Amino acid sequence: MNTKTLMYIVKRLILAVVTVWVVITVTFFVMHAVPGGPFVGEKAVTETIRKAMEAKYGLDKPLYVQYFTYLGDIVTKFDFGPSLKSRGRMVIDIIMDGMKTSVKLGLIAAFIALIVGIILGSVAALRRNHVIDRVIMVITTAFVSMPSFIMGSLLLALFAVKLGVLPANGAAKGGLILPVITLSLYPMAYITRLTRSSMLDVLGQDYIRTAKAKGVSKWRIIFGHALKNSLIPVITYFGPMLAYIVTGSLVVEQIFAVPGIGRAFVNSITGRDYPLVMGTTIVLAILIVVMNLVGDILYKVADPRITLE
Amino acid sequence: MSNKPFSIQQDLKPEDFLPATDKEKEYMVQMRPSSTFFKDGVKRLLKNKVATVSMIVIVIIALAAVFVPMFWPYSYEQMLGNVPGKPMDASFQNLRPFEYSKTEMRRIEAGEKVTPHVFGTDSAGRDYFIRIIYGTRISLAVGFFASIIVLIIGMTIGSVAGYCGGKVDLIIMRIVDIIYSLPDMLMVILLSSVLKTTLADKLDGTVLARIGSNIISLFIVFGLLYWVSMSRLIRGQILSLREQEYVLAAETCGAPGRWIILKHLIPNCFSVIIISTALQIPSAIFTESYLSFLGLGVNAPMPSLGSLASDALNGISSYTYRLVIPAIVISLIVLSLNLFGDGLRDAFDPKLNA
Repeated sequence: MNTKTLMYIVKRLILAVVTVWVVITVTFFVMHAVPGGPFVGEKAVTETIRKAMEAKYGLDKPLYVQYFTYLGDIVTKFDFGPSLKSRGRMVIDIIMDGMKTSVKLGLIAAFIALIVGIILGSVAALRRNHVIDRVIMVITTAFVSMPSFIMGSLLLALFAVKLGVLPANGAAKGGLILPVITLSLYPMAYITRLTRSSMLDVLGQDYIRTAKAKGVSKWRIIFGHALKNSLIPVITYFGPMLAYIVTGSLVVEQIFAVPGIGRAFVNSITGRDYPLVMGTTIVLAILIVVMNLVGDILYKVADPRITLE
Repeated sequence: MSNKPFSIQQDLKPEDFLPATDKEKEYMVQMRPSSTFFKDGVKRLLKNKVATVSMIVIVIIALAAVFVPMFWPYSYEQMLGNVPGKPMDASFQNLRPFEYSKTEMRRIEAGEKVTPHVFGTDSAGRDYFIRIIYGTRISLAVGFFASIIVLIIGMTIGSVAGYCGGKVDLIIMRIVDIIYSLPDMLMVILLSSVLKTTLADKLDGTVLARIGSNIISLFIVFGLLYWVSMSRLIRGQILSLREQEYVLAAETCGAPGRWIILKHLIPNCFSVIIISTALQIPSAIFTESYLSFLGLGVNAPMPSLGSLASDALNGISSYTYRLVIPAIVISLIVLSLNLFGDGLRDAFDPKLNA
């Protein structure tokens, strides 16, 4: 690792920190711009009670004081304050509860997408213009154009309602199968296309021809030379894949009633639970930013040929 | 010629100065009109079968979305069972495709012609076919206008950054970097959920209220967040075009920066602009339907493909087709727009062909 790489990493780190700060700031001020405040719509409360509640949640202080308190709590304690709707629960506890399910869901989906995508992509590249290649390309094109909520609803209609083979409720036993499939299809299709094109690129390189000329076995060429190099572009997709899975899980958890963070987020928006909305947005944003950062740095480190700016 | 072998003087005779005959002129005539960049691109595009088919599909869908509501006897918000002054006719609700309600049966028996409900009706007795058509119209319109907004903002900022360079460029590009690394979907959801409530009161009574606060907020969000990739692209183009001699020539003539950008630089990155706008439309449609599905999209009773699919989830076991139809339409639109955009890129950006 030379100084240039180090400089790049430092630059990306600064950008990531600034991005997270922007997310927190935007979220905070946007949420406080909503007219009426968080207690509108509750049962009619007297002026004294409203004052007392505002004092309890620190809402009577000037906005900038609230902002710095909020920012400080996040940085020092990772504390997002109490939830307004679920009495007596802290936002971070609700998020962590939801995370347990969502992380499992997301990781399995990402893992399946990677494995299946790489295998299908390599097969398509090695059998270029063959029937298998054509079929894989048509299917992946269709999957790439299908929004996750459409995919999820259709899978639900087919497997849970018409055939009745899989449970529609995400909390039931085996209930995560359909959400996992829904979430993994798009990244899987994307990775397939990515692997295929980079594999085709690599297979045309001189060193593959040299290896062939030397009499290296076919499988050795594929696994030792071609696959290793063609997977580098896939690394860059880690960040976007996670972002897709996070946003996809918002609707997928809704469709399949999975008790995860995505459902908590959507419910908090419709239920106007502002601290929860802010907390979830920030936690998910940090997750995505960090994943993007890791993906970008890994990409540069994995391939020394890539020039750094 | 023969007496002075090394002379470069032409040995011309008077007949060399005679006007050319018609036969000689014909020789000089160019047989084929010269092809322009645009014509070349169109030719390449039409050769691409996938792109042509997608284009036809888009045109058919767009024409249907624009013209069918004009002559279709039902409207998207009309609850057919609710006739003023009469008790509600529940037989209009939840009709299967091509089924008729009791009132309509009686009218048919009386010899009247009744337009069939091609896709049946929904739980409120609204004709589902026209709702799908109208939803398609909304989705297409939102995608188109959102892309135009992105185009205008991205083009302005990108060209200013690219042309001015220096500190202006640095500041703009840092802002672009930050917006680019924001998790866009989360921000979109957050902003549109907030704007929806904030805008609703302010818009009341204005022309914009007809479009609905949700769509307006969607446009604002697009204008705020999605211009970055467009402006990056245009900045890159302008940076290289700025060094061309004709820009220097224009500058020497005293042309102001605005003139140079509008008359010299923008027209030269036209193909890039068109291509990325075309590819922006499906992603805007995608976002709109996603938000509508979450209930943050169009205001009820206005349908969009996303909200239709979301509504269909409630009756999924008995009315699966209500989910399948918008699902197919939306996938078809996004797929053909993407394929068409790819075709456009291949046809109009020869640099990317390699």
